[in-house]
Amino acid sequence: MAIVLETVNLVKRFGGIVATNDVSLKVEAGARHALIGPNGAGKTTIINQLTGVLAQTSGKILLEGEDISHLSPHARVRRGIARTFQINQLFLELTPVETLGLAVSERLGHGGDWWRRVGSNPQVMEEVAELLERFRLTDVMNERTDVLAYGKQRMLEIALAIACKPRVLLLDEPAAGVPDSERQDILSAVAELPKDVTVLLIEHDMDLVFSFADRISVLVNGALFVEGKPDEVARDPRVKAVYLGEEAHV
Amino acid sequence: MIKTPTSFSVTRSLIGRSHWHPLEIVFWVAAFSTIWLFPTKYLILTEIAWLALFALSLDLILGYAGIVSLGHAAFFGVGAYTAALLAKHEIINEPVLALIVAGLVASAVGFVTSFLVLRGTDLTRIMVTLGVALVLRELANQNGWLTGGADGLQGVTMQPILGRFRFDMFGHNGYVYCLTVLFVLFLLARRIVNSPFGLSLQSIKNNPLRASAIGINVNLRLVAIYTIAAGYAGIAGALLAQTQAFASLAYFDFERSADLLMVLVIGGTGYLYGGLIGAIVFKFMQDYLSVWTPQYWPFWIGLLLVLIVLVGRERITGWTRPIRELASKLDWRAARKDGA
Repeated sequence: MAIVLETVNLVKRFGGIVATNDVSLKVEAGARHALIGPNGAGKTTIINQLTGVLAQTSGKILLEGEDISHLSPHARVRRGIARTFQINQLFLELTPVETLGLAVSERLGHGGDWWRRVGSNPQVMEEVAELLERFRLTDVMNERTDVLAYGKQRMLEIALAIACKPRVLLLDEPAAGVPDSERQDILSAVAELPKDVTVLLIEHDMDLVFSFADRISVLVNGALFVEGKPDEVARDPRVKAVYLGEEAHV
Repeated sequence: MIKTPTSFSVTRSLIGRSHWHPLEIVFWVAAFSTIWLFPTKYLILTEIAWLALFALSLDLILGYAGIVSLGHAAFFGVGAYTAALLAKHEIINEPVLALIVAGLVASAVGFVTSFLVLRGTDLTRIMVTLGVALVLRELANQNGWLTGGADGLQGVTMQPILGRFRFDMFGHNGYVYCLTVLFVLFLLARRIVNSPFGLSLQSIKNNPLRASAIGINVNLRLVAIYTIAAGYAGIAGALLAQTQAFASLAYFDFERSADLLMVLVIGGTGYLYGGLIGAIVFKFMQDYLSVWTPQYWPFWIGLLLVLIVLVGRERITGWTRPIRELASKLDWRAARKDGA
């Protein structure tokens, strides 16, 4: 399988702390790849470097073989990397329709048009409608985001990343904080993601990881610890030790 | 292309952003009817018109892009001096053309200084904008050979607008001119804020981190709106300079920038009419209160501000929202939309 996303000896230091320690990660095209690890293992730090929110201290990030290590966050989105956030990052004063319309017209290159009325591009409207339906947001499409139920906000969080039509999607704990009643919607939205989109999932929830992922990388103290198929990782005594060790400290 | 019911309602809600609310039509009919209704009040009406345009300019950056400024008078002053100098030295004799040039010059200054407000918190932006205005004021002060220094730029003679309409002593043509410019630029601003570009500004104001995570070039958009707003402020200053046939260092003053922020907060930000309504309220308060109590009128403005802060709490710039929500219920289109 072709490698879509790759980090080469990625290092991130914050002062004396090594948050990412020489990580060389390969994500295959179309993979459902999970990145797991105890709290503070540096999972989100890696996502932040992949998306350009944080600059790496050293090392490289390759997207389909091209070095994107020094591109700005918005330029990486144009190259095909989109993400969701562990804590919702939404436009609270905008409605889901406006939010998704924004992302779609941006992707189609019309985001900077100042002479055109919002809502005048039928292609954008079709796509927004489809996203609203797919993510079960039609009933709240005209509500301001800040009044939406948490589960709906979470759906919008994912829909917004999908609106960028990424080739690689980085999901940062998509089910975090979602109440049980709304959890199933999120899980099926994640399961229904298009097969041609490569997904790198960061998750604490082991049920979700093992039901979703076809490959798992375990990160401990900023370094890659174990990598393999789900059953291999599940059987690995070192992984068990890490997780049991963590629990023992709680 | 197949139209699904959802895509139909998506289109309707997005297009609905730019529909004219009946109250907007009432507002502009009322604004233009002042030309015939108050022929003795042209002076204060003219002041309201350019102040409204100036506040509209601040609303574009503060209300839509979330850039707070305490030095917006910088661009006002640049526009005013440009227009006055063009007229004085008979470089451009036609006021409308001079107005456009003044706007472009102010835009250019806005563009150059926009890079200073890209980063940082509200506090750093306040300091940077304040600093830019101070620097420009001092430049105008030091270069007296060009600007007249502390005496102001005198001996400006204005030629007729479009070669036909003289700036008469009653201020009639001057007011019609200012009001028309305000209206035209308002229409442009209305189009800008209801465009994909305008929506992207709102997203940046809400959450710049996410805006960049969906592919928006945040800095480029902020530079663009800052440049546009500077042009608006410059045109407002040019209108003042043209109707007064004068420009002075006071146009750059900190008080002018601070008053402007007050005007916009009084009217509310982020719906374009805030600056206009704020200008009306501010000028009338200033006018009537200073007749009634010449020395103490700022007391009442201050009291009004404190009340607004109490009502709006942490969201002082959006304190008018309940009123606007009430107004939106009066819209027959909105009512029909809910009924459908």
